[in-house]
Formats: sequence, C-alpha cells, structure tokens
Amino acid sequence: MKDVLGIDPKMSEILNKYVQTKDNLIQILNEVQDYYGYVPEKAQVAISEYLNMPMAEIYGVVTFYSRFTLKPKGKYHIAVCLGTACFVKGSENVLERAKERLGIDVGETTKDGKFSLEATRCIGACGLAPVFTVNEEVYGKATVKMMDEVLDKYMNEQ
Amino acid sequence: MKTLEEIRKIREEKRRELDLRVNMSADTREKHILVCHGTGCTSSKSPKIIENFRRILEEKNIDNVRVIQTGCFGLCAKGPIVIIRPEDVFYAMVKPEDCEEIIEKHIQNGELVQRLLCKDIDNSVVQRLDELTFYKKQKRIALQNCGVIDPENIDEYIAFDGYKALEKCLFEMNPDSVIEEVTASGLRGRGGAGFPTGKKWSFTKMAVGDQKYVACNADEGDPGAFMDRSILEGDPHCIIEAMMIAGYAIGANKGYIYVRAEYPIAVKRFQKAIDQAREYGILGENIWGTGFNFDLEIRLGAGAFVCGEETALLESIEGRRGQPRLKPPFPANAGLFQKPTLINNVETYANITKIILNGADWYSSIGTETSKGTKVFALGGNVMNVGLVEVPMGVTLREIVYDIGGGIPNGRGFKAAQTGGPSGGCIPEEHLDTPIDFESLKAIGSMMGSGGLIVMDDSKCMVNLAKFYLGFTVDESCGKCTPCRIGTKRLLEMLERITAGNGEDGDIEKIETLCKNIQTASVCGLGQTAPNPVLSTLKYFRKEYEEHIYEKKCSAGECKSLMQLHIEPELCKGCGLCKRNCPVDAIVGEIKQPHVIDLEKCIKCGTCINKCPFHAIKN
Repeated sequence: MKDVLGIDPKMSEILNKYVQTKDNLIQILNEVQDYYGYVPEKAQVAISEYLNMPMAEIYGVVTFYSRFTLKPKGKYHIAVCLGTACFVKGSENVLERAKERLGIDVGETTKDGKFSLEATRCIGACGLAPVFTVNEEVYGKATVKMMDEVLDKYMNEQ
Repeated sequence: MKTLEEIRKIREEKRRELDLRVNMSADTREKHILVCHGTGCTSSKSPKIIENFRRILEEKNIDNVRVIQTGCFGLCAKGPIVIIRPEDVFYAMVKPEDCEEIIEKHIQNGELVQRLLCKDIDNSVVQRLDELTFYKKQKRIALQNCGVIDPENIDEYIAFDGYKALEKCLFEMNPDSVIEEVTASGLRGRGGAGFPTGKKWSFTKMAVGDQKYVACNADEGDPGAFMDRSILEGDPHCIIEAMMIAGYAIGANKGYIYVRAEYPIAVKRFQKAIDQAREYGILGENIWGTGFNFDLEIRLGAGAFVCGEETALLESIEGRRGQPRLKPPFPANAGLFQKPTLINNVETYANITKIILNGADWYSSIGTETSKGTKVFALGGNVMNVGLVEVPMGVTLREIVYDIGGGIPNGRGFKAAQTGGPSGGCIPEEHLDTPIDFESLKAIGSMMGSGGLIVMDDSKCMVNLAKFYLGFTVDESCGKCTPCRIGTKRLLEMLERITAGNGEDGDIEKIETLCKNIQTASVCGLGQTAPNPVLSTLKYFRKEYEEHIYEKKCSAGECKSLMQLHIEPELCKGCGLCKRNCPVDAIVGEIKQPHVIDLEKCIKCGTCINKCPFHAIKN
C-alpha cells in the first residue's frame, strides 16, 4: 500500500494541477480516489493545508459522495449493478451470491485484501443487464452461475 | 486556430467526403465500417472489434475501407453493432473473431454475412438498420449525429452542419432573437420537470450581474437511464455548441458541465472535444472576430444522485456537499458563486442547434399541443429491444413497448412501465395508450423524468419494486431536510415490514399519510417526488399490498419471506430438472414420479421455478 503521502510526489503532482481555491476540492478528491483506490487520511491533511480549509469540511465532503471511500478496496473489486434495469432482471440474486461466497457485506473487503464488494447504481450497460464488473472487466447477462465461475477463477489464482 | 473561412471550407470538403455515411447511392469506391463505441458495446468488446478490422485490412492491403468508431446506434440489446456504408448493411452481436469473415465475404466478395444479420420482431431477416421496426417509429433530432460521426473528430461534426448554428447566431441574430427562437420552438427542459427553456434563458438574460454562467447538467443519476451519456459519447460537440449559443444569448462567457465520474468514456470524449474546439479557435476569446468570448470546463460528480437537482449541482461545482439550496432565489438570479446561472440538461442542449438551424416552426410542428419535439428514452428491463430510442412527443407507451421495444420476452405478459425513475411512477396496462407528453404522464401519476423507461413483466412484485425505489431514495437523500431524511426511512421500514410478512391492518393508510407529508414538506425535488413510486403502485396495484398484508402472500413470488413453494403433482412429470438444479438438495422424488419440496431445507431461491419446463412449481 502506498501510504507515504506528504512525501509522495504523486500527491503534490495532483495538488499542483489545481489553483488553491475551494471549488477544486471534489476534482482533487476524484484524482486521489482514482490513484490510491481510496482517500487516505494523510491525503486529506495535505488537501486541507493546500486549500486552507478545515479537515472537518473535507471529511464532510468525502463521506457525502459515494465514490469516495476511506478504506482501500480489494485487489479485485466486484461491483454488482443494482440499477433498475439490472434489478428487474435479477441482479439482486447475483449480489447475494457474491456476499455469500465471499462472506462479506456490501462496502467491505475480505480479510486477505483480495476481494471487495460494492452494489453500484447504473453503469450504463443496460443492454447487457444484469451486469457486474471486476475492476475494469464487465460481465454481462450475469447469472448466479457466472458469478460462481468468476469467483472460482480469481479465488484459485495463485 | 482556424478562421471562419477555413471552417466553412472544412464543412464543405468533409461533407462531400462523408456523403456515403448518409447517402446509400453515394458515388464512391470507399467504404466505411462503423463500429459502436458507446459504453454498452464497449463492454462487449467493440474496441477489440475495431482493432481486428484495422489489422485485417492492413494485412490484406485493402486501402478503400476505413474503420470508424461512432456513438450509440440505439439497439443496445443487439450489440456490438457494426454498420457498413454506403450500403447501410447492419450486423448484430458481432464478436471480434467475426471480423475476418465480414471482410472476406462482405468487403472482398460483396456477399452478406447472413448469420450476423438481425431478425425483426416478425422473425424476418433485416439487412438495413432503418428497415427494423425498432427504428421506424423513431425520429432522431437530439441523437441525429449519434452513430453517424466519429465523436472524437471535430471535422466530422463540422461536416454535418457543426458550429453552423453558432455562426448563424453570432452573425445573423442578436441575443434577444436567439431567445425568441428558443421560446417559440416550445422546447421544454428534458431533465424531468419540463420548464420552458426559452423562459429560463430570458430570466437569466434579464438578471443583473457582472458575471454570468452557463451550466450543463450531465449528472444522469436515474438508475437505468443513459440518454445523456449516449449524447455526450456520441456527439459531444453539439453540447459545446449549444452551451456557447446559450452563453451568447444570456451574456455569459464561461460554462461548466457537471458529469458523473462514473461515465469515463463520456468525460474523456467531452474533454477531447473541448480541446479540439479550443485548438480551432471556436472556444476562447474574440471568437471569429465577433468579440464574443466563451470557455468551458468539466466538473466531475462523485456519485450523489441529489446533485442532479440544480441547486445541489451548483453546491457541488463549488466543491461542497451537494445539498440543495432553498429557492428563491433561483439560479437565474443567484446561481453558481451567487452569480446569475443558466442550467439546462444535456438533452435540452442537444435540441438547440437544430432549432436554430431549422427554425422554431419546424420544431414546434413535431409533438403535441403542450410538449414539442422529441424525447429520448433509455428503454430497459423486460423488453426485447433494450436500447436508446428517440420518439416524437405524443407517441403512446404501447408503441414504445410493443413496436419499438418488440414486446415482452419469454412469453410473459406486461405488468407495468416505470418512467421518471425514483421520482416517477408505475404505469399499468390500462394506461398503455397514454400519449407521451409532460401533462399526460403527470395525470396518470407518473412523470416524464429524464427518460428512463423500465418495462416490467408479470413476474414482478410491485410492493417489492416500491421498496427498491425507496431504498434508493433513502441512500441518496442528502439529509438536509427532515421529511425526506426521516420520512423516506420510515416509509421504507413499513415496506420492509410488509414484504417480510409482518404488515398490519392500517399500514396502507399510514403509508398514504406519510407520502403526502413527504411530498408537501420536502425542500427539493428529490424528497417531493420520492413517494411517487409508492403512491402509483398503491393506486394501480393496491390488491398486491393487501395480499401481502392480510394474506401474507406474494403472488409474483419475489418476496422471499412470503414464499411457500410446492410442486403440483398433476403437472409434475418427474423429469428431475428441478432436483438437479436445486442448490441445497431440497427436492426429492424418483424419476417419472411427482417430486416434493422439503420446506425445511428450501432457501426459496426460486431456481426450480425457472427451471421447470411444465410450470409445476407454484408459490
């Protein structure tokens, strides 16, 4: 885990792209989330100093938006779409299966850090509903069986 | 930097070159292979298809064929889609390994690849896109360029009258006449509420301020809706052009587009479009020597549905939690950074350039008395042709579901259609002939919404659906006002109780009272409309609620706690399919003898119901 912020040149690179005005907060947080996979506390401290705004305000914004997370995601981040089109086609069963197999709830990461699970809203691939993603890979017309196969594949990986 | 003369020249030359895109009898030896590169088809490997086509063409030294990535063609259910022009042949569900055959047969030998042609609803094989029933009732205005041009190439946009509307505004019209034209067109906001666009523009123009802004709401949060995303992915320049026209009309020199970060392709294409427009001197200072300045910036959303509410969106652009402001003052007077701000949604802007070029009379001749033009819908759920459709206002829901949508799959019946997402309502069969316009949909307890249209078959439980939407609202309520924050939570708890079999006499009345209170007392549209899915299902499917409460039964079989599965001995043929598929070995029976479910072991997953070929498993 890259937890060396403050001295991490990437963090200063992100910050230096933006003018020091408060309206850039969400832009910065989006980049931090993309790069680290979450918003580490140290990043919040760095942003707080850079934008000259209280930590509480930053924390408030981070916790308001669902895209920002305070914990690192797993190596394989599984997101099952619960948008209406997928829901109507039974994505809930697919999600339940993932929960059962991984022994974690939505928003959690397995102890070994390998898997994390998210119930996402529409990712826009409604033509393939129901859909889930593992990192960037999209699995369409998903079934409980498909979830099993995908999990088996990653679980057995050395 | 390009002068206006140079841009006109590009338009003329490029248009000639691209004639084969829209003209089947174009006189050329060139061919264009168009491959959909929207989010839907990209998810089923269209980038790999493009790569394969290009590689094979190069290997075979074919130099008169170009491979173009385009925006969404609309028929997502049959994706990835490949179209070959000028002959306009359309191949469905193409796989990367099919490229070789398409090139050898179609391109080199002039034969059709029969197995990749698409079947229409009457099972006839269709060769051309516009022969499909799916397209016949559509009229593409907002989506005009989607699937025709390469969205990452500004020249292709310019070729199809791109930036011509801006030219007309800057040189032939003054700000007032632009607003008059938009007003006369009858265009109303496509984000959901349907406020007259021209009026909004004129309020913002009249507002006093040293600095004004134009904003575009691309925070498409309605789950199951992807109209705005498809426009941004397929034709980003038309939004830039329309925002510039709006800027000219109201006196703004700066625009912001607020896009969901969950739409990476749209964000990337839009940024590319901005960069190209700047490079051509279309965005920037003293545009074409007219003294008009305009520039544009993307702001990313971060996953909050409420930011689709215009004042919450402004808060979010300013870098704060997306909590709605009290209105008045309206954004037209005190919007972004407290300056007068015009906010329209993506689809609204997508109509502007066409109105300016073809005139208000042309636009207002399409649609109904009160709702002009077309509406784009993201058709999804239990319907054959899932995809993106654009229809003239006034078309009925039945036409959308059965003609365009191709009806309900798996031989099931229609139960309801949901428009307006979590803010809208369910429309039952008896209202299928309602014409689509703002007023008619409202009158039957739903709303136009941004364009999500989800079809549900008769296996869906309406109480469970209402619970699903409420769950969404509870998650997305920003927490600012009590009726929405606590009211929706209490409402959800009641629905959870009912679907778990613990409903009590009097619950329906309590739900109705609470719904009314939330509607009237919430600060913003999210709370005010949150009870709609509950109220509309109660209105049309009250019996289902009563059945859950008094009989502890869910006929649709979706509420698992209420499920009591059994096998009808007369219908069971003893094929053993259910037994083999049961994940917990809860079904026993000898082959060719009626089987039985052991209710102690049964986890009510419903697998057996779906597997049984004789419909012998009943709830």
